[in-house]
Amino acid sequence: MPRVAIAMSGGVDSSVAAALLVEQGYEVIGLMLRLWSEPGTQESNRCCTPAAMDVARRVAARLGIPFYAIDGQQVFYDIVVNYFVDGYTQSRTPNPCLVCNRFIRWEYLFQHARAFGADFLATGHYARIALDSHGVNRLIRAKDMNKDQSYVLHILNQELLAHTLFPVGAYLKSEVRDIALRFGLPAAQRRDSQDLCFLAGGDYRDFLVRNNNLPENPGPILNNAGEVLGQHRGLAFYTIGQRKGLAISHPFPLYVLEKDYQHNALVVGTSEQLGSQELYADRVNWISGAPPRQAFMAQVKIRYRAKDIPGEVFPLDDQRIQIKFSTPVRDITPGQAAVLYQEDVCLGGGIIQ
Amino acid sequence: MMTKDRIYLDYAATTPVDPRVFEAMLPYFSQQFGNPSSMHYFGQLAESALDESRQSIANTLHCSPDEVIFTSCGSESDNLALRGGALAVRQKSGANHILISPVEHHAVSHTALQFAELYGFEVEFLPVDHYGIVDPQDVAKRIRANTALVSIIYANNEIGTINPISEIGGICHNAGVLFHSDAVQATAYCTMDVQALNLDMVSIGAHKFYGPKGVGVLYVRQGTPIIPIQTGGGQEHGLRAGTSNIPYIVGMAKALEIAQQERLDRTAHLQILRDHLITEIMNTVDDTQLTGHQVYRLPNHASFVFKNVDGNTLLMLLDVNGIACSSGSACKTGDPEPSEILVALGFSREWALGSLRVSMGTGTMMTDIDTLLSILPEQVNRARKLVAR
Repeated sequence: MPRVAIAMSGGVDSSVAAALLVEQGYEVIGLMLRLWSEPGTQESNRCCTPAAMDVARRVAARLGIPFYAIDGQQVFYDIVVNYFVDGYTQSRTPNPCLVCNRFIRWEYLFQHARAFGADFLATGHYARIALDSHGVNRLIRAKDMNKDQSYVLHILNQELLAHTLFPVGAYLKSEVRDIALRFGLPAAQRRDSQDLCFLAGGDYRDFLVRNNNLPENPGPILNNAGEVLGQHRGLAFYTIGQRKGLAISHPFPLYVLEKDYQHNALVVGTSEQLGSQELYADRVNWISGAPPRQAFMAQVKIRYRAKDIPGEVFPLDDQRIQIKFSTPVRDITPGQAAVLYQEDVCLGGGIIQ
Repeated sequence: MMTKDRIYLDYAATTPVDPRVFEAMLPYFSQQFGNPSSMHYFGQLAESALDESRQSIANTLHCSPDEVIFTSCGSESDNLALRGGALAVRQKSGANHILISPVEHHAVSHTALQFAELYGFEVEFLPVDHYGIVDPQDVAKRIRANTALVSIIYANNEIGTINPISEIGGICHNAGVLFHSDAVQATAYCTMDVQALNLDMVSIGAHKFYGPKGVGVLYVRQGTPIIPIQTGGGQEHGLRAGTSNIPYIVGMAKALEIAQQERLDRTAHLQILRDHLITEIMNTVDDTQLTGHQVYRLPNHASFVFKNVDGNTLLMLLDVNGIACSSGSACKTGDPEPSEILVALGFSREWALGSLRVSMGTGTMMTDIDTLLSILPEQVNRARKLVAR
């Protein structure tokens, strides 16, 4: 049987994934990445606390598979943390999980798995992979629509998909919990939060200040008419669509519409003013490996937890697309990914400009 | 891969219990289960087993049975020697200077450092050469009027180097200073004659020589100033309170007896494997250095550093290929730091992180060594590629 390296976290999903692989007869090796944490916060890194590592180790022992902790601290810092910090300084709201998946899981860890003689890297992500009739590997949404994680996996390509397994993608979360019970697997208590792992529950703005000496760079808060409504701390501290934390008293709620870097101004307005009927994305990854030549209709997800929105996709070149929507779409955020679907098939995606 | 298909080359970490030892231990769990402190016949049977074991170990150490103190492990023995010895000497004479080497086991070095931090002792580290050897003349130079205790490891666990214990002991005795040695790694392969070695105290742990885990000895020469660090009942001549662990003590005595009987045969068998392994690795793997001394080293121990290798990654690569080894910076949580010992010997970080320890034992065959040799160069290359990114 092929050898599979399973990326474990101590959580129920990757533990069940490991159990399913063992049950299917694969030769399974458990791996866990030790990722970077700010000094002093190692105990609360959401992805790899020592306690979670202990649980993963116990799961591996229960399943009778070897378990190794891989030191990914430096590579994570160099690639993911720097990307995160740089993103803000370049007026983006970066999604470091995408970069982590692409360069830490499906490069650094993948290389370790291959060096360990594994034919596949498996993870506990909720998504599916299917070979179509043309021999192309398709990334398919999970059976459990509420748990689907294809958004953060749109960075995969044919080569990686051919050596990747998502054992829990074909199950509902409730079924996964049942399987965990059936195998008697211990599971780590984990805050079910979408915070970034290395923020350890802290505020990203404070993190940026600590790690980049991000200068407070105050400037005016303006409305669309150019009237000054208040003062901001520095544009990097705000996100498009943000409502809280503007410190302006106003008769109706105000949202961040735009970050005008040229004038160091934060432009705010009402919810009706929020939104756009188009977006541009670059660094587009086409999962099939073949960029389409013509415009096409797709379902578009502009954030991990956002609803699908129908849009028309215009390929500009191999790596850039324009997407047009029939009605204004709120919360289009530079730095996040726009991910494209047709039915359950994830076609790929790119970074919103 | 099943356990039986795997090759175990980590005997310095621990050894399997010899079947003869296991056999000897069995009656003392459920049949002769008495407490040796008890008056009745159950107790007398247990006490007899305890006495026989103590005598047997005393024979190996060339000492009297009442100089053999049973403990729970080598680390406890080190703690009793340093804590009990240093405190007793200070109480008697006020001496508060502790002299140790930079290549001690943590059971010694961390104990000494805690004494410096919390109890007003002064800890001084002796110099060592590039192989980790302490020069007896350096000990002579650094002993002071207020030196309470000298502790030098007999054979180092990480680099296998054997220290000139007898000479150092002679110097300590001439100066009237208490001398202790951690002999946990050395017991199986080196002479343990405490008279020839000029030892006042020596630590032993059974599981390094095919005895059970969880039992050890501290030899304490008659007249040595020492106080108990675990107080309670009067067991072990008042030096170590707690009900005697009879089955484990019996097992340890049996294991030591066998180790002494078979020492020369085992040494001859292992030294050939070790030297073959060292020669071949130095020839086939680029940018490799032997760590520790080539001659003054344990016969079952080979240790190396590979430049620009993460030692932990190499251990994982070997393990997935069915070979169990260790390294000086072995870390199970993905947070490696270079070995303090290799750093003390002057290895830079790019070398010190890439250490590998191969330690052999009675079960090791030449075919095992050849299997390791056949895969090691490629695995080192793989580890280097994973670091190079």
